[in-house]
Amino acid sequence: MGEYGKPLPRGEGYHGDFYRFCKQHELRFQRCADCQAWRHPPRECCPHCGAFAWRWEQVSGKGQVYSWTVVQRALHPAFAEDVPYAVVIVELAEGVRLVSRVLDLPPQELRLGLPVEVVFVDVTPEVTLPMFRPCR
Amino acid sequence: MQTLKDRACIVGVGETAYTRGSGKSVLRLVLEAARYAIADAGLQPHDIDGLVLSAHYVNQEQLAANLGIPDLRYATTVQMGGASPVAALQSAAMAVACGLATHVLIPFGWNGFSETPVKRRSSGGKTYSLRPPENAMTASVRNYYAPYGAVAPMHYYAWLATRHRQLYGTTDEQMAAVALACREHAQHNPKAYMYGRPLTLEDYLNSPILATPFRVLDCCLETDGACAVVVTSAERARDLPHDPVYIMGIAEGHPLPADDLANRADPFAIGLSYAAPKAFAMAGVSPRDIDFVEIYDCFTYVVLLQLEALGFCRRGEAGPFAAEGRLRIDGDLPCNTHGGLLSEAHVWGLNHVVEATRQLRHEAPLQVRDCELGLVTGWGDFGDGSLVILRR
Ligand SMILES: [Zn+2]
Repeated sequence: MGEYGKPLPRGEGYHGDFYRFCKQHELRFQRCADCQAWRHPPRECCPHCGAFAWRWEQVSGKGQVYSWTVVQRALHPAFAEDVPYAVVIVELAEGVRLVSRVLDLPPQELRLGLPVEVVFVDVTPEVTLPMFRPCR
Repeated sequence: MQTLKDRACIVGVGETAYTRGSGKSVLRLVLEAARYAIADAGLQPHDIDGLVLSAHYVNQEQLAANLGIPDLRYATTVQMGGASPVAALQSAAMAVACGLATHVLIPFGWNGFSETPVKRRSSGGKTYSLRPPENAMTASVRNYYAPYGAVAPMHYYAWLATRHRQLYGTTDEQMAAVALACREHAQHNPKAYMYGRPLTLEDYLNSPILATPFRVLDCCLETDGACAVVVTSAERARDLPHDPVYIMGIAEGHPLPADDLANRADPFAIGLSYAAPKAFAMAGVSPRDIDFVEIYDCFTYVVLLQLEALGFCRRGEAGPFAAEGRLRIDGDLPCNTHGGLLSEAHVWGLNHVVEATRQLRHEAPLQVRDCELGLVTGWGDFGDGSLVILRR
């Protein structure tokens, strides 16, 4: 096995908090403590009501495919082994959307609204990426 | 109410050759384009007292020092990626309308072919130009897109294109219509990088897919080069050699959130969706009054998206609109009459402003006959938008 050569999350500030939960295999997003609005990527305050208070709240992990692109020519050498691969936007049931991959599905079977659920992939000893697979 | 309508004019334009391998620093390219534009305006470099830059490939101090500007009264930098040059016109128009500056230079240049990040790495970092800085998109890309293999604008905009195709049935042939119109127009423009290299639908369909739905020929060129324009007040413009080109309506817009493409209530509500009604209202005209458009064409689909946001057609209808041939020089909305970023050169769309100015002076290589009104857009980052409505 060679070294993991793909880009890893930089994890500064709240982004690091997001990935620390992923490392524990928990998918959590910021949720406003006042108006209860979910948000992603993490922000300092609620863009809906202005409240600074929030909590990291766990989501169901279920969602659906919102859009995608199937990369056929890698623009970063570390992804050459993956082509063709689909980078998918998943809309979680709670409304936030996450860029990710859908595992166990040929790219040509992607469609809008396809139900998916989160799986956690430990890509390095330090970093876990949330990915998805079709709902059973 | 005060308005910017007709208060400022473009009075000078210039550009370098468009190449792959300029062999020059970006600063040198920008200075060459600036000198052409200043001379075209009938001015000297020391007449320039305002600078509006786009991003950071050169800085205002370098430019002022090299041009020998004795009294730089107004200098600012727009941070909207490819939407910056048209938004820079707005800043320049405000400055001259308020008397903050008299002659404002808007330059942009880069070695978009020979100093890309990949080539910087392979050359061991040897470069004569400033590195592009991190911007508002960096956190989203580094933390949430790149780990999954979405590493370039092509990938991010492909998410919009895929959803548009799934919802509205937009096709390869409809995207091709944009590329084919640009390439056809470039055949009349000796400055265009693709001059002398015509394109057929078969060529387009045979070009390899990079990331669905984008083929090689859906993507703009990578070129080295620079452009510049000079803006002054309507009063001052009357004393200068060329017929002034008036800034009739202008606006910029930003999607919410601007720093993440994935989490927008309406993914097709781009910056231009907010800006276009304001610019049309300022100009007092509607889309059907426009004689030609120069649309920021980083990717074919992004032109379709902008045509809908501008109101030239309804949502989902830009594909058929393009496929009917309406964007061609003989159509009712000639688009990218110089060849655009797809077939002339990629100069962050400042070349679109240069072309629109020449069209309205009636001195373009492929002239839109009797044109009076032109519209230019900018698109940058994750969908920041800008547009200007120009008249002769
Ligand atoms: Zn709130």
